[in-house]
Amino acid sequence: MNKTFNNRAWFLVIPVFLMVAFNALIPLMTVVNYSVQESFVANEYFWSGIRWFGELLRNPDFQSSLWRQVIFTGVVLLIQIPLGLGIALCMPKSGPWVSVCLVLMALPLLIPWNVVGSMWNIMALPDIGLLGKGLNSLGIPYNYTRQPAAAWFTVVLMDVWHWTSLVVLLCYAGLVSIPDAYYQAAKIDGAKPWAVFRYIQLPKLKHVLTIAILLRFMDSFMIYTEVIVLTGGGPGSTTKFLSIDLVQKALGGFDLGPAAAFSIVYFLIILALSWLFYTLMMQSETK
Amino acid sequence: MAKITLQNLRQSYYPNPSKDEDYALKRVHLDWEDGGAYALLGPSGCGKTTLLNLISGLLVPTEGKILFDGKDVSHASPEQRNIAQVFQFPVIYDTMTVYDNLAFPLRNRGVAEAEIDKRVKDIAEMLDLSKTLKNRASGLTADGKQKISLGRGLVRSDVNVIMFDEPLTVIDPHLKWQLRSKLKELHQRIRRTMIYVTHDQTEALTFADQVVVMNNGEVVQTGTPIDLFEQPRHTFVGHFIGSPGMNVLPCEVKGGKASFAGNSVAAANAAQAAGKAARVELGVRPEFVSIAKSGIAADVVKVTDAGRYRIIETKVSGHSIKLLVPEGDAVPEGRIHLNFDPAHTQVYEDGWMAGARPGEPS
Amino acid sequence: MSKRHIVLIVYIVFLMLPIYWLLNMSFKTTNEILGGFSAYPREFTLDSYRTIFTDPTWYNAYINSISYVAINTVLSILVALPAAYAFSRYRFLGDKHLFFWLLSNRMAPPAVFVLPFVNLYSAVGLFDTPWAVALSHTLFNVPLAVWILEGFMSGVPKELDETAYVDGYSFPRFFIRIFLPTISAGIGVAAFFCFMFSWVEMLLAKNLTSVAAKPIVAAMTKTASTSGYELGLLAAAGVLTLIPGAVVIYFVRNYIAKGFALGRV
Repeated sequence: MNKTFNNRAWFLVIPVFLMVAFNALIPLMTVVNYSVQESFVANEYFWSGIRWFGELLRNPDFQSSLWRQVIFTGVVLLIQIPLGLGIALCMPKSGPWVSVCLVLMALPLLIPWNVVGSMWNIMALPDIGLLGKGLNSLGIPYNYTRQPAAAWFTVVLMDVWHWTSLVVLLCYAGLVSIPDAYYQAAKIDGAKPWAVFRYIQLPKLKHVLTIAILLRFMDSFMIYTEVIVLTGGGPGSTTKFLSIDLVQKALGGFDLGPAAAFSIVYFLIILALSWLFYTLMMQSETK
Repeated sequence: MAKITLQNLRQSYYPNPSKDEDYALKRVHLDWEDGGAYALLGPSGCGKTTLLNLISGLLVPTEGKILFDGKDVSHASPEQRNIAQVFQFPVIYDTMTVYDNLAFPLRNRGVAEAEIDKRVKDIAEMLDLSKTLKNRASGLTADGKQKISLGRGLVRSDVNVIMFDEPLTVIDPHLKWQLRSKLKELHQRIRRTMIYVTHDQTEALTFADQVVVMNNGEVVQTGTPIDLFEQPRHTFVGHFIGSPGMNVLPCEVKGGKASFAGNSVAAANAAQAAGKAARVELGVRPEFVSIAKSGIAADVVKVTDAGRYRIIETKVSGHSIKLLVPEGDAVPEGRIHLNFDPAHTQVYEDGWMAGARPGEPS
Repeated sequence: MSKRHIVLIVYIVFLMLPIYWLLNMSFKTTNEILGGFSAYPREFTLDSYRTIFTDPTWYNAYINSISYVAINTVLSILVALPAAYAFSRYRFLGDKHLFFWLLSNRMAPPAVFVLPFVNLYSAVGLFDTPWAVALSHTLFNVPLAVWILEGFMSGVPKELDETAYVDGYSFPRFFIRIFLPTISAGIGVAAFFCFMFSWVEMLLAKNLTSVAAKPIVAAMTKTASTSGYELGLLAAAGVLTLIPGAVVIYFVRNYIAKGFALGRV
């Protein structure tokens, strides 16, 4: 598209700018403001510089939450991306069943997150839930309210159930856009199915996979509702991820300074890692 | 290398075809000689890509048989048939180098690396790709990529036939003729059967020794470019080939003589007109219409300058007749008289040339 | 049946199981649920549903949710359309930076904004109204809508605009009469994503409301904590939240594959 240079286009953009600025800049400024101040008495603030940031980064609680978050996101990405891609590869290219499959797969994506948490909460109950009772009757001692391992297992399983379809839908869209001629040429060249995947499908899915990985990384790093409803962060604080930790501190009513510092560090981590992912994936692209 | 025979081929994309319209290919019965350069010419939707895919094995025929050297390959896979196909847009393996792209088909067949190296370098030299062998394939221009596609077909020494499905579609116009000449040169050199599908008559007529013209799922005529030009067996061929196309005028045939708009016209095959057709027409190319002192009276309507000649459009009794005059000749005006060259004037009954049996083009 | 079909069927069954379980529980009494495990209701009951349809706290909660989701979707799309057009057709000072800044908001954790938003919306007097939730969601939805719409708009050649101007259309008339119908698929996709995110989000929706505008996501969590485990009711409420989502997917089913390409793949 040959775009013309015209600064009057700003008029078209003003509504969006105002709306997002209202929601983003004002709160962020408030947060930054709090993060560098300290108050001993209500309504009296003193400049404290980077004190909160330093304390935060040295705080073992924060470090544990961060560590848990990193592991959770890592595990979830490792499962959802290959699984989503695999399922997309199993989908038929066309025909009446395609819509049916897509609609059924999209359903988990549209369930309010607290309902997702509740569903799994009840389903995993050891005595009366489908999952809980099922596992226990197989002889596996399973109680996610008491055992950290069981809690992690349930949280990961829930997230896989919830979000894999997003990856499937993205990958499917990418697969469907590969012209038939590539597959025909591969047939003529005598290529085996694995070669077709490695040399045709995977390269052509690069763009879509980047989007999928970025989205899942960001969203899993911010996860809150489903986990809080399922485990409340427990047992103890074994499933307390970053968002949960932050909300506890922010709404706990105590000093706003540390919570604000937490917020900023949190946001920066996501931005930095997203930028890193994006650059890494784009680097190997020669266009 | 193989002789390819298509026997009574019919193809439908519907599961239960019942009427003629359900068939993309109504009936094709053709022989392709070993080592020939063929073109499949026709407008979009005429079935030429379907036919191509049937020959290459990407489609299984609904009815009829395909034989390679007498052997029935109708249900054989493309790999088994040993064919190569170049598609409308370059199909290459982006992540591999040019060398690896060319080597790919041989590696899949378990050929020794030393042999692969020799073949790849040979083909690269033939296609002017030697300098780019180490580069990533995705970095080449469109015509370079098409050459890689072609190269992958040529590396296999036992290829039976190479097929081209409108391969110049994405090539820049000024590079098209270069690639076309290259293809023709290649054919002279390696003498493999090549089938070139296109809707562009220039491409077809310059590349092929034999052209198969198709329309609406049927083969209308097969012949050399000259044949098609001088003796079009169907009015469609007359229209489609040549620029401007053939003049087609309604006429009457009585007692072995043809007449148009009250004028008696000498036509080469007037005597063979069976007289039972619903639609009788006269076909004569603008190249074979000349201005004379006496003949069919016509009014000049428009003169178009086409460079080395001029196209004169005239009207006779409401029918348009075009003729060509060389550049430099005087431009006529008003009322003139036209003469049709009898050797190149034909009578057509229901579209088919009188005296020729429809359905058996040759 | 090939391996592919088996994999697909297993996956879909896996997805449907919890939903089935929820349905199962919604038709049981809480006593039956707590009493033990059963794959189908021994005593089928519609009590939970009856409660929801008759108790104002429940059905108002649904109405509140639908309100802010609708407001948000309409607002986000309205505001995003001209902006997307600008990004698609023009270059202007700071355009790339603006675009990236917009997208970065999608990366903001809602947890970071909870407290500031509570303060902000209380300060402007919108706390505990659907407007607070709708506006706060625009932080995440507007950038997404702009991104999606810009992708679709870039697929429409500029010649269309120029032809319209030559034909004498004013910009507003051109935009509404000609341009919008051309990108209707894009608007559908953007609206779908806005609806999706706004409907499912809980953190902000719960904390920016208290009584008057309490949405279903908050009403449900209340049930779990205060009155003990009213599981049957909870399950029925949950089932009802599936319906808007299912309806929306049904309507866009033909665009799902295309939409997930976000017009750009």
